[in-house]
Formats: sequence, structure tokens, C-alpha cells
Amino acid sequence: MNEGADPHDHDERDHGHHDHDHDHDGHGHAHHPAPLAQVEARVAALESVLVERGMFDTERLDAIVANFEHNLGPLNGAKVVARAWVDPDYKARLLADGTAAIAELGFSGPEGDHMVVVENTPDVHNLVVCTLCSCYPWPTLGLPPTWYKSPAYRSRAVREPRALLAEMGTTLPDDVSIQVWDSSAEVRYLVLPERPAGTDGATEEDLVARVTRDSMIGVERL
Amino acid sequence: MSAQLPDDVALMDGASALPRDNGELAFSAPWEGRALALAVAIVDQLDLPWDAFRQRLIGAVAEAPDRPYYESWTVALESLVVGLGLTTPDELDAATPSVRRPL
Repeated sequence: MNEGADPHDHDERDHGHHDHDHDHDGHGHAHHPAPLAQVEARVAALESVLVERGMFDTERLDAIVANFEHNLGPLNGAKVVARAWVDPDYKARLLADGTAAIAELGFSGPEGDHMVVVENTPDVHNLVVCTLCSCYPWPTLGLPPTWYKSPAYRSRAVREPRALLAEMGTTLPDDVSIQVWDSSAEVRYLVLPERPAGTDGATEEDLVARVTRDSMIGVERL
Repeated sequence: MSAQLPDDVALMDGASALPRDNGELAFSAPWEGRALALAVAIVDQLDLPWDAFRQRLIGAVAEAPDRPYYESWTVALESLVVGLGLTTPDELDAATPSVRRPL
């Protein structure tokens, strides 16, 4: 190994074999802020070979990644909830036609076609389940948590929601009734949680940060 | 296709389930998202069943259960691409960069 000449190590790739490790870090004067891991380099190679082959272009991959990172997550639902808290007209539209009001904020998609928003009040707590499978409003809530798909959650949400909620950390007073909503391929539900006390001066942006995924499924109160 | 994550990808469970945090996909480095997008794009482009990739992923996880998820993912991805005759290990070796492309 030619210890003193790392820059030339880069030419090794031209020889077609990379199974011996070039650990640039080991020399104590790394050339790159973070060393390129072998697996990361391999993914880059796969991409460049397939792009060169005309399988797809880099922009298409960029679009897919951007969608994972920005457009699939509970944040979208949190924006909907926060808007409803600060804008009574929006809230009225949201409760009257969830799909349309959510689309106003730019969130829609195949798993969010028929959204119904149900409002928590001091007297009524809403809980969403899919007893048959795992129907879930992806455009607003992202991917479902693992427990949402579990047989225990799916059956107990209907049979004994109060005990289930307590086990999940949400103990409801006896005088609060629980309304359970069974999602399906046709209708997906989103809970509009109550606005937390003491947030009168909060901005809409601050409020977004207060909304959790679990509160929009109904297993948590804010 | 749209840029949506297809159902059969997002709903994988067991050993092949996508790592997630508070319902969102969890990536510890950008290349992991890239690897995920590559598999989705290939399967879509060639109109393959998602299972064509998933079975390889399950196999890759099983052969090294302690290996990080997206490293197994990349092993499965390479196996799929080479298996389809789209490239060869030698061609991949030659294309493997030693420095990170500027982000």
C-alpha cells in the first residue's frame, strides 16, 4: 500500500476490483468531510449504471425521494389541524367536506380520496381504527404505525376502546364518551383534536408542532 | 407512475418492513432514500411485481440479520439488477465512485 499517495488511490476503480478497503480515515488526514461508505458508493454506482442505460433519469429519482421526505408524513395532517384551530371558516369547511378542505392545503392522493374529519369535544373523544385491514389516510398522516395494523388494536378499539386507550396512555374521564370510526377503502377518518389549553397566543406554525400523529388517530389527547 | 410510494412497498411487514419513526420513513443518510427510490423506480419501469424485489430483500435480511436494513436493501437491489441482466458486478465495480458526488 502506498501510504503517502492517497489521491491516487482513486484510480484503483479503473482496475475493476474494489474488494480491498481503502480506508482514507486511517491516514489521519481525510480528504472528505465524511468518508464515502462502501454501501453508499454502491448505491451511486447502481444509479449511474441504470441512468446511463436509460432506465430512468435522475430527476425521476429526485422526485420519488422528495415525495418520501416531504409529502408523506403526519406533518400534513398537523397543518390541517392547526389551520382549523386558527380559522373557524376553514374548520367549518373541514368538518363539512374533509376531502375538499384538505385538498385546499394541497394534500390529496389515492389514499386520501374520501376523508371525513371528526371533531373531539369536551364530551366526545373520537378514535379511528380499520377493523378489516389497515386503511389509513396516507396523504395526511404518512405511513401507519405498526400497532395500527395489529389484530389486538383492530379488535379492542371496537370492543373495549376505553381500556385500550388507557393502556396506550390516554385515560379518559368517565363522562367523556368514545366514538369509534371504522376506516375502509371508501372512507378514511382523521380526528380533529381539541386545541390545547394555554395556546391562545400561539402562531399557526407553533400549533403545527403541537399536533402529533397519535392525536389525529385518536389514541392521544393533546 | 406518480411519485407516491406504492401500497405494497409501504405496507411490507416483518423483516422487510421499512424503518419508520412517528409514521414517517426514517432514513439515517440520504443514500438510503436513494436506494429505496431506485428499487421503486426499477420495479415500476419494468412492470415487475413488488414481490420480485421483496423476496430478495427478505433473503438479504435473513442472511445477515445484524446488517443495517438499507445495506441489506442494497444487496437485494444489486441482486435484482444483476439478475435481470441490466448490469454486471464488474460494470458496477467500474462505476463505483470513491468520492461523494457534490450534493
